[in-house]
Amino acid sequence: MAEMSGADILVQCLVDLGVEVVFGYPGGAVLPIYDVLYNHPKIKHVLVRHEQGATHMAEGYARSTGKPGVVLVTSGPGATNAITGITDALMDSIPMVVITGQVATHLIGSDAFQEADTVGLTRHCSKHNYLVKSPARLAHVVHEAFHIATTGRPGPVVIDIPKNVQVATAPFETPDVTNHASYRPQVKAPAADIAAAIEMIAKAERPIFYTGGGVINAGPEASASLRELVELTGAPVTSTLMGLGAFPASSLRWLGMLGMHGTYEANWAMNKADLIVCVGARFDDRVTGRLDAFSPDSKKIHIDIDRSSVNKTVMVDLPVIADAGSALADLVAAWKAAGHKAADLSEWWARIDGWRAVNSLKYPPDTTEIMPQHAIAELFAATRGKDVIITTEVGQHQMWAAQHFHFDEPNKWLTSGGLGTMGYGFPAAIGAQMGNPDSLVICVAGDASVQMNIQELGTAIQYRTPVKLFILNNEYMGMVRQWQELTYESRYSNSYSDSLPDFVKLAQAYGWTGIRIEGPQELEAGIRQMIETPGPVLVDCRVAKLSNCFPMIPSGAAHTEMLLDPSQVSGTMADEAKALV
Amino acid sequence: MHIDEELRERHVLSITVTNEAGILARIAGMFTARGYNIDSLTVADITADHQISRITIVTSGAPRTIDQIMAQLDRLVPVHKVVDLTENGPFVERELALVKVAGTGEHRIEAMRIADIFRAKVVDTTTESFVFEITGPTDKIDTFISLMRELGLVEVGRTGIVGMVRGKA
Ligand SMILES: Cc1cc2nc3c(=O)[nH]c(=O)nc-3n(C[C@H](O)[C@H](O)[C@H](O)COP(=O)(O)OP(=O)(O)OC[C@H]3O[C@@H](n4cnc5c(N)ncnc54)[C@H](O)[C@@H]3O)c2cc1C
Ligand SMILES: Cc1ncc(C[n+]2csc(CCOP(=O)(O)OP(=O)(O)O)c2C)c(N)n1
Repeated sequence: MAEMSGADILVQCLVDLGVEVVFGYPGGAVLPIYDVLYNHPKIKHVLVRHEQGATHMAEGYARSTGKPGVVLVTSGPGATNAITGITDALMDSIPMVVITGQVATHLIGSDAFQEADTVGLTRHCSKHNYLVKSPARLAHVVHEAFHIATTGRPGPVVIDIPKNVQVATAPFETPDVTNHASYRPQVKAPAADIAAAIEMIAKAERPIFYTGGGVINAGPEASASLRELVELTGAPVTSTLMGLGAFPASSLRWLGMLGMHGTYEANWAMNKADLIVCVGARFDDRVTGRLDAFSPDSKKIHIDIDRSSVNKTVMVDLPVIADAGSALADLVAAWKAAGHKAADLSEWWARIDGWRAVNSLKYPPDTTEIMPQHAIAELFAATRGKDVIITTEVGQHQMWAAQHFHFDEPNKWLTSGGLGTMGYGFPAAIGAQMGNPDSLVICVAGDASVQMNIQELGTAIQYRTPVKLFILNNEYMGMVRQWQELTYESRYSNSYSDSLPDFVKLAQAYGWTGIRIEGPQELEAGIRQMIETPGPVLVDCRVAKLSNCFPMIPSGAAHTEMLLDPSQVSGTMADEAKALV
Repeated sequence: MHIDEELRERHVLSITVTNEAGILARIAGMFTARGYNIDSLTVADITADHQISRITIVTSGAPRTIDQIMAQLDRLVPVHKVVDLTENGPFVERELALVKVAGTGEHRIEAMRIADIFRAKVVDTTTESFVFEITGPTDKIDTFISLMRELGLVEVGRTGIVGMVRGKA
């Protein structure tokens, strides 16, 4: 068998695994790999401006395409810069493979130039990681890494490759890694669990589906099965921030997002339900609010591929360990086979309609300033009929986008939920655009968040990715300011965005088109111009500076203690609530 | 505001893992990362080809926490099997300790007598000291050590426990 260098083996494996794009940044410890990538016919390398940018691009690519995102960075600072994105992918279950260079094996442990203990640093923020000490192991590890990243509960896998392993040679053979000795996620639910779930759903008088990112992870078929199951049962659906789009927001069965900034109807329905069917969601604290007051009278079914998500914060009556797509398809089939008809839920729906009538997402009209909610609503209206992908940064704008931009399809909404990483959204948009060249990809950003990876303006220009960067500029870290208003009597400690750049000039300096929207009368035309202008466009949309995001369940409060507007804000909070994030 | 402590119960977990570099750090680090307790931990490879190791961990926590620990261990890629010996039914647990005691006269004779009762072996002796080797469940060793404390205990070395299900399976 012909021998190949480690670097050649790595790149050959990537080709064999169907990788088309690698997001990366070179350095001494990955030069052999970069040499193999030089003018490579199959693999496109996207040169980022900061390794964190590469990781979020890979996440955006992965979430919007369903394929794993691939990152290549050098040792030491390259690897440490990637850590935030690796952690982000772990928290949000994003399939990603991160290849890091390492100093030569004989130098490991000697504080060599640009040495960092990458495997040690990423052990608990990755799904799995490897230090590959021989080129003969490399093919197996790379294939196994992709298998682990993409199956079960998806997540980031790190492969640390010392430089001498990239140079040394070994025979190459394509390995088979599907039959792993210890890693075997359970995909199919036991038939008895499915039968039990069907009985509970059929008997329920006040059922609700609470769906999450797991349905997105499970692929478009899972969303299709969810729609069918909801149709069959006639039950209402709410979803987490991570699950938006799996069920169409345009459906009458849709109650909107639940949780801290969810709708009144979604949270009240959760509180009063007699059955919660949780599919691929993890009872996050942003969702449950005060645990002892969380849906006190319901039975709970939890469908999740990861057993550790079950009974972690909320005890459930029926755990179903399975892939959401597989379990939902089984439920649909079992429901039909049992000859069940949708129960009469009219009384339940009447109550829900009562909560809906509160219209909890209403917001005041524009004055001289644009209301940020209005800007999102306008963006939504202006993009109808287009294939739109929305990414967000983190803060109020993220919540407003979740509330006022409505998704009918999965994989169109990319946001950092679990880690809440400012700096995610803009690179994620570039990554999504790479994977969906024909889509209209818009990042909804805040003036503070966008500065965390603003350097990627250069990447977008270099690769001609026509992303739109829509900044809701309120000159504050709005979300922080809002909490200070709620909790610390409006002492705005360090939440003012002082010394902001002129975003339009900044855009232009990078070769982007820059647009400023100053007031309500410019909003519609400005958004239209953004959409119609080819190439990357940055919009500095000046919005009301002091708007707050409602509805809101303050931390540590119950679903029924929701604040609907500023008049309900007292400005102080008990220490117990202050101690919660 | 004060921070509440949760109630704890002790569980012995037996974990079979692929014997690969970093496996111990992965397991132990998971415990620290998630705030779980490790009261004792032992590890050794258990197959002729050195491919598989058994890790025995004594942990403590509320029943829900123990359940989470099991699930968190189970999802680690190199983990083959996790058994909660405490929940699983009858099991044997043993620990080995070396106990150095210095003293003369009555104390020395008493130490020897107690060692006999506990079936501890003398593995080293001088005219003024013994090193005892004792095996048994943790509470037996705890008792032995506390008795020796009055008789001139110098130092203790303990292995941490290993455990195994009773019976054929
Ligand atoms: C400023 C801010 C405010 C927020 N406010 C809210 C809010 O108001 N409401 C809200 O909902 N969230 C909010 N979040 C997000 C929140 O922090 C969590 O990220 C989110 O609620 C978790 O979503 P999820 O439960 O769908 O779980 P995910 O993190 O998406 O986890 C997916 C779950 O599904 C499982 N899974 C994965 N793949 C599969 C599969 N194939 N089959 C079956 N199961 C699978 C996983 O094991 C896991 O349990 C906010 C975040 C930020 C930053
Ligand atoms: C990396 C990082 N640092 C700090 C935070 C805490 N944080 C959450 S929201 C927020 C403010 C965001 O401000 P901006 O981007 O302007 O958005 P706005 O809330 O004003 O819409 C901060 C600082 C975070 N989520 N991520």
